[in-house]
Amino acid sequence: MNGLLAYISRRLGLTLLILLAVSFTVYLIFALLPYDPASLTCGKSCNDPGIIEANRHRLGYDKPFFEQYWIFIVGLFAGRDFGEGAAALHCAAPSFGYSFQQHACVTDLIFDALPVTLSLAIGSLILWLIVGVGLGIVAARFRGKIWDTLSTAFVLVGTSLPTFLTGLMLIVFLVIKLDWSPFPAGGYTAPDEDIVGWFLSMVLPWVTLAFAYAAIYTRFVRSQIIEISTEDYIRTARAKGLSDGIILGKHTMRAALAPIVTMAGLDFAGLLGGAILTEAVFNLPGMGRLSLNAVVDIDLPVIVGTTIFAAAIVVIMNAILDIVYAFIDPRVRV
Amino acid sequence: MSLLQVRDLKVSFKTPDGVVNAVAGVSFDLKAGETLAIVGESGSGKSVSNLAYMGLLPTAKTTITGSVILKTDAGEVDLIGLPNEEMRKIRGKDIAMIFQDPMSALHPYYTIGDQLIEAHQVHNEVDKSVSRDRAIELLSLVGVADPAERLKAYPHQFSGGMRQRVMIAMALMNNPKVLIADEPTTALDVTVQAQILKLLSDLQKKFAMAVILITHDLGVVAGSADRVNVMYGGRLVESAEVNALYKKPMMPYTVGLLDSIPRMDQGHGKRLRAIPGQPPSLITLGQGCAFAARCDRKAELPDGTCDTNPELKAVESGHLVRCHLYDRKAASK
Amino acid sequence: MNEPLLQVTDLQKFFPVAGAGIFSRERGTNKAVNGLSFTLHKGETLGLVGESGCGKSTAGRTVLKLYDPTAGSIKFEGEEISGYSNAQMKPLRTKMQMIFQDPQSSLNPRQSVGAIIGASYEVHKINPEGGVKRAVQGLLERVGLNAEHYDRYPHEFSGGQRQRIGIARAIALNPKFIVCDEPVSALDVSIQAQVVNLLTDIRDEFGMAYLFIAHDLSVVQHISDRVGVMYLGKMMEIAPTESIYSTPHHPYTKALLSAVPIPDPQLERKREQIVLTGELPSPMKPPTGCVFSTRCWKAQAKCFEVEPLLQKVGQAEVACHFPE
Repeated sequence: MNGLLAYISRRLGLTLLILLAVSFTVYLIFALLPYDPASLTCGKSCNDPGIIEANRHRLGYDKPFFEQYWIFIVGLFAGRDFGEGAAALHCAAPSFGYSFQQHACVTDLIFDALPVTLSLAIGSLILWLIVGVGLGIVAARFRGKIWDTLSTAFVLVGTSLPTFLTGLMLIVFLVIKLDWSPFPAGGYTAPDEDIVGWFLSMVLPWVTLAFAYAAIYTRFVRSQIIEISTEDYIRTARAKGLSDGIILGKHTMRAALAPIVTMAGLDFAGLLGGAILTEAVFNLPGMGRLSLNAVVDIDLPVIVGTTIFAAAIVVIMNAILDIVYAFIDPRVRV
Repeated sequence: MSLLQVRDLKVSFKTPDGVVNAVAGVSFDLKAGETLAIVGESGSGKSVSNLAYMGLLPTAKTTITGSVILKTDAGEVDLIGLPNEEMRKIRGKDIAMIFQDPMSALHPYYTIGDQLIEAHQVHNEVDKSVSRDRAIELLSLVGVADPAERLKAYPHQFSGGMRQRVMIAMALMNNPKVLIADEPTTALDVTVQAQILKLLSDLQKKFAMAVILITHDLGVVAGSADRVNVMYGGRLVESAEVNALYKKPMMPYTVGLLDSIPRMDQGHGKRLRAIPGQPPSLITLGQGCAFAARCDRKAELPDGTCDTNPELKAVESGHLVRCHLYDRKAASK
Repeated sequence: MNEPLLQVTDLQKFFPVAGAGIFSRERGTNKAVNGLSFTLHKGETLGLVGESGCGKSTAGRTVLKLYDPTAGSIKFEGEEISGYSNAQMKPLRTKMQMIFQDPQSSLNPRQSVGAIIGASYEVHKINPEGGVKRAVQGLLERVGLNAEHYDRYPHEFSGGQRQRIGIARAIALNPKFIVCDEPVSALDVSIQAQVVNLLTDIRDEFGMAYLFIAHDLSVVQHISDRVGVMYLGKMMEIAPTESIYSTPHHPYTKALLSAVPIPDPQLERKREQIVLTGELPSPMKPPTGCVFSTRCWKAQAKCFEVEPLLQKVGQAEVACHFPE
């Protein structure tokens, strides 16, 4: 298993390099934007050059670009002080910067928003995997029959309905029209405060998000199964006298596992960056809304922080998938 | 009665271009312990006919008629129309198969051991360790060194020839009465082919099983078969004991086929006698003789004779031919 | 016949191999062709045989410079071409052509047959007498198709007919040298004979030389003047066809020939067969000494240490310390 450890450490090393390149690119893009980050720090109507220059120095925007970037990277690992002496604002590691508009460390903003997005992503991932994989298997198994037709209809509706419409319809029919609806029309309840309230507040967002993804997964799983069913080794399995159930459950699904896991992993990682529409419809204070508000307010430190954070999640997920893949596919191992 | 009795087997597929009559009424017998070679080119129906009664063709667009009677321990069963649950008890137990491409015929994600043990477990209610011992026994029979250790290996860790040995071991897990070998050496190199053919013939004696050898290679047939069925255009056109067929082929297609292969024992440079034209389309093939369009002896018969499909008749004892050239000879017999 | 058309000396073609397994990223070199020498004369057919992985196809592609050789010399009509760039090769391409194994994938499905064959003239800016269309139609008839097939597309043809199209394309510019890479192995037996006969006729008519690469020893015997036997990137034996098939000198040649089944039940069952044991070694780690030593029943200590070079034995050249 030395090979495995060596592989994982090599893969993680590569991941670090990619992360560095991604963060640098993001940082560079925002440095090139025609905005003066210092003059944005005291709100849109602020034009006191004294405050602006003081903030510029405090946030390090008076330093050359590469030094700024270096300080940013160091801050990620060691935390960072903005300003000097007693007036200094401290952001603990990992520091993604400081938002003067919100008077908060970007990391704190992200860590406030992340549980909301995680709740949304994990719940809907479970839901869409159950529905999508299940329907995909049913559709493939009863190919050309009524179940297949019904699942095709589901796929069509799911892929063509935009999530904000699904979400609004759920709110209208299950919350507003029903007097006894257990679901709130929006907002987030933290699970450590009220676990039932948390669950009820998440049900409709989960369904909304999972609906779109489940449709895509149904189509994907169906086509994967149909393709794998034509493989020679499936014919071998039938020639052995195995039952259709075992062939599907053991032989076909085993081969379909790798592509499904890859797709689910990447979709999940993408969602952690924020499901902007769903969060907006259900008024969830997640990553999507954090980024969206930051863009609207031109809150540059938050935009840079959330962008790099979201990119990092995708890069790290890719590394995890590569390692998981080695466990799924023996041909990749040696 | 023979072990396997195929009568008037017909297989057709629906395609967007029309109905393909892949097998148009094939009948033959397989005796216990014998090797029957089924020879033909692509599209002749040699492979489809056997996949059909094994229930290994996609069911939705396929129509299969006729009867295939198998003698089992529990009596005679007609495989055609047998419910899937019954059929799968026969597959891999009474009749086992090996296929052309050993590279793709094994599941890439499961170990050799998993796949061999599974083949035994599905037909035997025994402890897994019994199946495992059986797997080790068979792997060593087919010439895999260090079989207990190799059970843990995955298919990609074997060469093509070794994978075909594993396939053979898997087919023999349940002592089948019939082994259908569908082009078992076509994907292999010639020296590996020699190893596999020798192995098959040794194991056939050891297990006293009948083998249906499906191949296009007349050299392989010459070395292995007891009887030969020649197929063309979905029909059985000639059937004879192997020596008789090579010494005195009767159907002009068989004659042409034997003439068209270059032979290493007959020196080089001689012009090959090719069969002109192309194999027939199985969609538009009508009622006439399937080979008529390419036949060089058609002129010997009155015009229009070959527009009707000849019957498969015994021209000599045990030598059946489907050709109008032998109509009179067969009638006088 | 005595004038050498193609002289290959110590040809090597190595491919870098990234480790297939990600847990042990062992990089290596696939020594596909590892020191190959042979000569092909004008109008001659040299058969190149061997089992999969022996490097015969790579050799064929490398002498056409479809791959850049790793080392060694390739002389075509006395001209050293091993270091030539694509631009330098272009004028020579009219003289050297290739016929592929799979006529299905080597013909562009979106181009008409006329366009596929006519492209040879356009690329080299050659104006055949009577125009390109007339020339292509003439070629179609020459290879046993119809002039009316000019506007049809590859999918409208059977495998054998597509191979005829591939042959028409290869002979369009009247080349002196054609590499035939497994030209009949994808075809049915009855069609195979048609194509072999066509290749023979065309060679005799136009006087071109073939490097005929195939794994089917019977077909190679039928069409070749001389035959070379390859194993793990090296030439084991090269000799006139009659001689190599009747009296093979290299143990590997002997084993290979003895493995070919003969379509005659009585001969086939009496025949003595040498069934090789063991597995083909990896071309990434070829055995030291003689590459065949690990599977040779005659191998002695010397065979595992010293690599035998091709030496004259009767009419043949054999790379073996203990030739038969």
